[in-house]
Amino acid sequence: MRYVIIGAGVAGFAAVEAIRSLDSNSEVVMVSDDPHGFYSRPGLAYYLTGELDDKALYPRARNDYRDLALSFVQGRVKRILRDKHTLEIEGKPPLTYSKLLLAVGSHALSLGAPGENFDGVVKLDHFEDAKRIIKVAKHSKRAVVVGGGITALELTEALLARGVETHYLLRGDRYWSNVLDGAESRIVEARLQAEGVQLHYHSDLQEILGKKGRVTGVLLKGGNTIACDMVAYAVGIAPRIELAQAADINCERGILADEHLQTNDPDIYAAGDVAQVYDPLSGRSVIDSLWTPAREQGYAAGLNMAGRKSAYLKSAPFNVTRLAGLTTTIIGAVGRGRDEDIVGIARGDSETWRDLPEALVAQGGFDVNRVRLLIGDQYLLGAVLMGDQKLSLPLQKMISHKANISSIRDSLLQPNAPVADIIADFWMTWRESIAA
Amino acid sequence: MALLDIFKSGNSRHTVMTSGQVVPESSRCVQCGICSYNCPVGIDVRAHVWRKEAVVHSECLTCGECVARCPRGVLRFAQTDLFEKANV
Repeated sequence: MRYVIIGAGVAGFAAVEAIRSLDSNSEVVMVSDDPHGFYSRPGLAYYLTGELDDKALYPRARNDYRDLALSFVQGRVKRILRDKHTLEIEGKPPLTYSKLLLAVGSHALSLGAPGENFDGVVKLDHFEDAKRIIKVAKHSKRAVVVGGGITALELTEALLARGVETHYLLRGDRYWSNVLDGAESRIVEARLQAEGVQLHYHSDLQEILGKKGRVTGVLLKGGNTIACDMVAYAVGIAPRIELAQAADINCERGILADEHLQTNDPDIYAAGDVAQVYDPLSGRSVIDSLWTPAREQGYAAGLNMAGRKSAYLKSAPFNVTRLAGLTTTIIGAVGRGRDEDIVGIARGDSETWRDLPEALVAQGGFDVNRVRLLIGDQYLLGAVLMGDQKLSLPLQKMISHKANISSIRDSLLQPNAPVADIIADFWMTWRESIAA
Repeated sequence: MALLDIFKSGNSRHTVMTSGQVVPESSRCVQCGICSYNCPVGIDVRAHVWRKEAVVHSECLTCGECVARCPRGVLRFAQTDLFEKANV
């Protein structure tokens, strides 16, 4: 028996732990084209700001891999030969598998603008990209950031921290318009401006300008130009489904997997950013580009591969991030429609955040401590918390357990309602009722 | 104020320094390692969070560096209950 995992991210690593919890004898091999193995991909943001050094990003030491009896093959998988249960790996001998997990993640969409191959144009997919950003920033005076969502802000803050004058282009009139509401966007924008970022609204990139292969500026639709020596972009991600597609494994936006993370080939599983996983509760298959679901999917996939039937049940999508220095938690369904700055899905994003049906909004707090609730007929549908995070766990539980909030619904919807206090009071009683 | 009441519950840094521990809310964690990186006595706080366990470590000073530095609000102080495993 040999388990093979393609991908060295958190989904792949969690699968290894799950397999080893049931099977200590069989061979487990991880194959990845990323030479760095398992590291904290979200942690790259803090490496870029200088809060961490590169060595700190690896959650595991060498002896942990030894304890797991995990062998690592660095190389790009060229083909999956399903009939022979074999992988073709560039520059390496073929590798056979009994059970295979595809946890290959996603990659940044390209900008699609002329000039995107000039020196000085950067993105943030992986460790090597982060190192390149640091290198390019060292010799840059002014940068333009293009795109949206969490990664665009991570790039912005990285450049600021490295002393580069930073200009951020927004196609519309505000930041992350399909997840944040107007006030939340403004809070983020004001903080960015206070840190020295120059925001350009209604600004759409036409072309990256260059000389002798190096960035010299950007041309905007409408004819304005901004001189710069660096362009950083984050316009969305795409699951890396090419390998699966070529092997006739069913894919839509991602690799289709059932609630046991199994694809249409019973010996092949998929988990993490690349997987579009069936959710029995909603009857739909969705992609989350989030750390915790990736870990949970990977773990469930590993258990199933090792023979213990285990369903992955999606909880309310949930992410914590730092937007312009402000800790922000997004839970459940909070927005709708599409954001002009992103194509499809972005990192740290869930497709289901934008599923908001008709809902009423209650909000409380001022400036940096803010809570917004999306209120359905009987349940909370979603919440956004900025700054103070005390209500985060209660709201996460109330949303994922569909707490019936009929008794407080009217008071939450009163103008200027003390939303945080109402929720805190409700939580105390509700928590005891579910514990009972 | 209800909000203040439920979350205060004596878990200030002072009380925790004498009788508390650091507990994680692991679903918020992305294993970036800022906690371990900043621990003055070199405890691998991140590994505790991965295992969904409180930081029960004889050398933990409950100094609060990890709690304060975590960019995602994963860690908080809680009172030690000698007879029960911390509720994480």
